[in-house]
Amino acid sequence: MTNETNTYQFSGYGELYSYTLLQDPPSGYEWQSPYVIALIKLEEGPMVLAQLTDLDGEPQIGDRVQMVTRKLTTDGATGMIVYGYKFRAIR
Amino acid sequence: MTQVAIVGIGQTPVAEHWDKSLQELAQDAITQALADADLQTVDALYVGNAYGGTIGEQSHVAPLIADFAGLVGIEAWTVDAGDAAGGAALRAGYLAVASGAVETALVVGVEKMTDRVGSAREGARNTSIHAELENLQGATLTSLAGLLMQRYLHEQNIPLSAFEPLSINAHLNGSNNPYAMYRNKLREGAFAKAPMVSHPVSLFDRAPDGDGAAAVILTRLENAQDMVPTPIRIVGSAVSTDQFAIQDRQQLLKLEAVSRAVDRALSQAQLNLASLSFAELHDAFTILSVLTLEAMGLAEYGKGWEFIANGQSVIGRNGTFPISTMGGLKSRGNPSGATGVYQAVEATLQLRGQAGDNQITDAKTALLLNLGGMATTAIAHILSL
Repeated sequence: MTNETNTYQFSGYGELYSYTLLQDPPSGYEWQSPYVIALIKLEEGPMVLAQLTDLDGEPQIGDRVQMVTRKLTTDGATGMIVYGYKFRAIR
Repeated sequence: MTQVAIVGIGQTPVAEHWDKSLQELAQDAITQALADADLQTVDALYVGNAYGGTIGEQSHVAPLIADFAGLVGIEAWTVDAGDAAGGAALRAGYLAVASGAVETALVVGVEKMTDRVGSAREGARNTSIHAELENLQGATLTSLAGLLMQRYLHEQNIPLSAFEPLSINAHLNGSNNPYAMYRNKLREGAFAKAPMVSHPVSLFDRAPDGDGAAAVILTRLENAQDMVPTPIRIVGSAVSTDQFAIQDRQQLLKLEAVSRAVDRALSQAQLNLASLSFAELHDAFTILSVLTLEAMGLAEYGKGWEFIANGQSVIGRNGTFPISTMGGLKSRGNPSGATGVYQAVEATLQLRGQAGDNQITDAKTALLLNLGGMATTAIAHILSL
């Protein structure tokens, strides 16, 4: 067994595997509610969970999506912005 | 290993117990269990509690409960396994007695989660899912169930109403259980029209959060036979775990931890599925029940919805595979860390013939299945006469 890890760069493209419209957000996410949580199957194989953003109509399982950088939440008393990945449909 | 038996049980109603502290709730259940077993004290206490440290701002609850119950000085510690904490506490008590290390163990599941509502409660429940890959993304446990259910509906091309028999059954049985949180019956057709919580998971799909405490007392079978008329043996006990974030699962809709835990418990008990008189599953969401039936091997993958289609004739009290016999999580309620011990109390009532209007005829052997996260932890116990 080795502790070495390799870094891999994904293209950011994938396919919508599943989605759900979340209406009971956890603390820190109320301002975005309701929002869509999704599972995206990246074109390289692995699955990733993320929000869908820039929605234009009902998402469809099988939609081609791409990763974008978006604000996830804020942290601490100073409201430091935490950025992360979300996905949007490519039309 | 020493054989282990249940000799005492106790439970509080599942409700919003705003007027009682965690330790008072636990005390109610403990007093009942000690009286049931005709005991004054025990050697050890194992407590299942999921959200004390977050919602209650009180961790380290086992010695608090022991102290309040007049059991200062005994071995006492708290077990953490998300919503499977109750099942994990039962496992801890079982191992302690089976190993010979402890003679009599008190297992308590206790939860107070209704003191916080809305996003504060959802945020607390999120401590049982992946902090970075799920919680930080804005997901909740309910939304994970929504993802699984949406994919299942897509792959099987079935209507939402296919899941209805599970909620109808739970409420039918819960209506006869005085400890159940919701004792209303569900009308046919209402399930698919219920308001959405995380589409396609609706209000009539998701088990309600509640406060409550349940307790069981375990001891060596050889002693139990002199103590109570009907000791209930624990003949199987197993825990398995899965990849923590659902995105890392080999196949999203295969609850592999459930398959492993149930297989191991049945193996230990030298029984098979046909030996079971009934099962208390972790019906926090109907999709979990359907996927559990598939993972156990009662239905082929993708066909769990067909298994429950005939409703009462399969999963009802007089059916071929009764489940949620006292209301399940859906109707009796889901006081998270306590749920696994409520399952043990209810199964014991059934096996003793004390289940009243919900009595399963000739109940001999029961499966209890308690899940943490989205079946990240699966804990299976088999109880038998």
